[in-house]
Parts: sequence; structure tokens; C-alpha cells
Amino acid sequence: MNIPLAAAGLHQPLPPSKTRLLPLVILLAACLLPMLLSEYALDLVVKIIIYAIFALSLELLVGTTGLISLGHAAFFGIAAYVTALLVPGSGPGAILLMLPAAMLGAGCYALFVGALSLRTQGVYFIMVTLAFAQMAFFIFHDTGIGGGSDGIYLSSRPAFSLAGIALVDLELPRHFFFFALGSLAAAYLLLAAIQRSRFGRALAGIRTNEQRMRAAGYRTYGYKLAAFVIAGMLAGLAGFLMAARTGVVNPELLSWHESGAVLLMIILGGLGSLRGAVLGAAAFILLKEFYSSEAIFAGFAQHWQLSLGLTMILFVAFLPHGLIGLSRQRIWNRKQSPAAQGGAHV
Amino acid sequence: MSDTNNQAHPLLRATGLTRRFGGLTAVDAVSIDLHVGQVHAVIGTNGAGKSTLINMLSGEIPPSGGSIAFEGVDISRWSQPRRARAGVGRSYQRTTIFHSFDVLENCRLAAQAAMQRPWAVWQAASACSGSLARARDAMEVAGLANTAHTLAGSLSHGQQRQLEIAMCLATGPRALLLDEPLAGMGAEESERMLRMLERLKHTHAVLLVEHDMDAVFRVADHITVMVNGQVIASAAPEAIRNNPDVQLAYLGEAPVS
Repeated sequence: MNIPLAAAGLHQPLPPSKTRLLPLVILLAACLLPMLLSEYALDLVVKIIIYAIFALSLELLVGTTGLISLGHAAFFGIAAYVTALLVPGSGPGAILLMLPAAMLGAGCYALFVGALSLRTQGVYFIMVTLAFAQMAFFIFHDTGIGGGSDGIYLSSRPAFSLAGIALVDLELPRHFFFFALGSLAAAYLLLAAIQRSRFGRALAGIRTNEQRMRAAGYRTYGYKLAAFVIAGMLAGLAGFLMAARTGVVNPELLSWHESGAVLLMIILGGLGSLRGAVLGAAAFILLKEFYSSEAIFAGFAQHWQLSLGLTMILFVAFLPHGLIGLSRQRIWNRKQSPAAQGGAHV
Repeated sequence: MSDTNNQAHPLLRATGLTRRFGGLTAVDAVSIDLHVGQVHAVIGTNGAGKSTLINMLSGEIPPSGGSIAFEGVDISRWSQPRRARAGVGRSYQRTTIFHSFDVLENCRLAAQAAMQRPWAVWQAASACSGSLARARDAMEVAGLANTAHTLAGSLSHGQQRQLEIAMCLATGPRALLLDEPLAGMGAEESERMLRMLERLKHTHAVLLVEHDMDAVFRVADHITVMVNGQVIASAAPEAIRNNPDVQLAYLGEAPVS
């Protein structure tokens, strides 16, 4: 196969084949976690998985297409609200109904926001996406649709039953874990397929030079809108999982803090890489958990935002390509140095 | 010499094309015909409206007045992507290649515009044989066949200019709108580019905006001279060379030889 390295769309060429199976290995290893971890730790992993999906969805916009959105939490939050509002009065709701509805709700708002915001460029695009997210935030915050600023509790978690047997019951931590893990794998797979497809190559071209893409004959607006809606729906998948995990939704899910956090995750992990997005989500959640731990930082733990912020600055200063850049550099160097030939590759 | 039949059916015809920016008329009622088999050069000082003319022909900016016909069809209101897919290709004065992609991928992506299938996400772009074949053809024509896997950003300036043309060719255009393809090129690279233009004109209608007068007079079959947005002369090179208005307004003095 003569796939050019650079065609992978990465700023730094990644040595192929040796690390191609890495995500699969990690996925299989993750399947063992429910046996090894406490319920608390498993829930933390689920949280990481949910944010990893959320980060991946934004990576399609920012890293792949070059569209910096500061309102991505709107789709996350809307899907969470759709999920909460669809919980039936008695018995668990059906995943098969609630999940598509949540993603569709997010997708519809993404279509609306994208159709308007994609007519702008650069910093205006950032501002318009932020404005639409704030609009959605205040709709839930100031009206009775979703219980106002208090939000809504979910009386039960969704389930998937066949012939009266609950095959997937999100009340059960293990079921939830595997369902979330499967969702992450599906989202990752979809985005990886997109990146190597013609659609994904066109998006990468638009990121690099939209004018040239138009000159070649691409209707770039349609491409960007499609990417925006797909990203919105995947954020919706994460939102559905978030609502089901915490059992409560509130307007904070749509806040610009949330949009900013997910943007930080992909920057922390390394833009332009799906692995980076997953890694960034994990690092962000774990750092936050670490800095807000009173067992370690005692009274200072309440100032976790300060510690996290300073850490972010250090990361950005010393790892311009994110965490993924670090690992890539190491693998690359080892590969190139003859002394290390035959050495183990990650 | 172009025959009369060819004259009657230009591939691309602009009639009375005008573009105003506020109070400034950048292009004023310019009419221009492009024929397959001809290099039609547009010359003029900086600010004469040459780039604006190309931008209107390619669809980057809408004209304030006038019309553009391609193969006899009015395309004045078509978007740039639509014109590009119909066969109006352009290159840019400022190189607009994808620096982080290799040469092959630059050309392949341009060629892919003719076979986009964005919904087929299960198919790898690198397996799109149609666009690969077109890309390799374009690289061959542009003299880049040996640099397929070189990153575009690490090519020499001259090669980047060649890539700019190759990407334009990869889209399979019939009309080529070339905005200063020789800008910043060395003598040898210019020579190669001019030979390529001479080959390309047999199958394409070429509009050439260029500052290098020696090059223009060498390859052009027809020259249009613009001053302040208006056409002051449009004729065969010899007639242009001897036109007193052109000598006064543009060349400044009678050219030697």
C-alpha cells in the first residue's frame, strides 16, 4: 500500500502499522476494567469515556475541518435534556427511542446553528457559535421547559429490552460501562473512517485552504455544514450518556464553561488527532479529579480551577502538539535511531 | 492563425464585464474571448484590473455588470465551484497549495472534486483510483512525476508554482485562467513553464496574466492590454507591439527589437 504518510492529515507523520492496532488493544484492555476497578473508579472511567466522545465530536470540527466552535456544549446539553424529557412516567425508557431522539435533537439544532454560523469566518464564527449556545442555555435556564435553573431528575435510566428481557440496563454500572465503551468505539470508528474517506480529505483540504477547495470545484459550505451536524449529533451521543449517567440534567451542561472545557481537552491532547482527543479528555478529567482531591490538596482542593489552569498553561507552553505529540515524538525518534532497531514499539 | 469558425465559437466569452468597488471601477466593460488552441495574455500595470478580471471569470467575485458565457451557456450567476466543475480552472498568483500534504495528495484532492461522493465514508480516499489517475496525469504534464511523495511545503518555489498548475490541471479544466504563473521563477523554471503552456494550449483555452513581457510575447497568440480597468488594445502580439497607445500608456517607450 502506498498511502502517503502525509495523507493521514497529520502535521507530524505517524509511523504506520506499528501503532495502528493500538486503539484496539486499548479497547480490549478497557474491557477488563470492570473486574479491576471499584465502583467509584469505574464511574470515573465512564465519565472519561463520555467526555472522550464529546471531545472526539469537537475534534471533527476543530482538528479536521478547522472550525473553532465555542458553543459545542449546546448540542451536548440539548441531547441530555431530550433524554431527560423522554423518560416515561413509569418504568425505564427505551434506549432505542431515546438515543436516536437525543442525537436527532442535537443534530437539528446543529443544522440550524451551522446553517447560519458557517456564513461567517474566523473569530466571528467563534462568537456566533458561542451566542447560539448561550441562547440555548438561557432557554433552558429561564423557561420552564426543563425545570429552569434546577434542571430535571431522571426517574429511571434508559434500558434496551428484547422480549421482556433487559439486555442493556443502564442502571447497572457494568452495563453502563460497556454501553459507553461501545459508543466510544463506534464514534471513534466512524470518525476514523471519515478521516480517510474522500469526505474527510475534503474537510482537511478546507481546513488548509478553503479558497483552493472552492476553486477546485467543492461546495465547501455543504461540507462544513455536514461536518457541523455530524459533530453535533456525536456530541448528542455524549449528552445522552451524560444524562443517563448522572440521572440529572441542568443548564450547566450547555454552559460556555463546558464548551471551553471540551476545547481545552482536544488542545491538551493534540489537535488533528483522534487519539489526542481521547487522551486529552482522559488527562483533563484525571487532572481535575487530582486537583480537586481534598485527600491530596486539603483546603486548596477547592481552588482546583487555579491549579488546572496553570497546568494547562504549562502543557500548552511545553507541548505545542499536545500529549499525542509527545508519544509520537518518542516513537518516531526510536524508530529513526539505528541503535533502537528491533526495540519494542509501544 | 485561428480560423473563423473558431473565432465565432469561443470556449469562454466575457461581454462588457464590469466590477465596481464602491466608487472605484476596477474593471470597466471588458470583453474578452478565449479559444481552445490560443494563449490569450492580459497585460497591464499593477491595479489595471487583471486579477479582478480573473476573479470574475472564475466566479470568486460577482460582476457588477456584463455577462460570461462558457461553451455558449451563460454562467454569470454560477458559483465558483460550479464553474470549476464545468471546466473553468484557475491558478493563483499567490501559491495556494496544501503545504502539509504531499504532492500526489494535493493533486488527488483537486481531482477528487470531479468525483466527490462525500457520503461514501466507508471508502478510503487513497483507494479512489479515478482521482489518483487524474492526479498522476496532471503531475506528469506539470513535470512533477518524481515528487509524488514529497511534502508540498518542502518543494522549491518553482516546483510549488508547477504544483499550483498541476492542481488546476487535475480538475480537468478546458479553460485555464493563470494568474502570473511565472512569478518569482528562475530562468530555467520559466522556460519549462512556457514550454508546458505551449503544449497545453493545444487542448485548452488559456488566459494568461503575466508581468514578464518576454514570456508574454513569446507564448501569446492574442494580447489584451488593460489600463485602469479598461481595455486599450486587444490584438495579435505584433500589432500590440506596434500600437502607439500601448507604447505610450503601458510600455512607456518603444520596445527594442
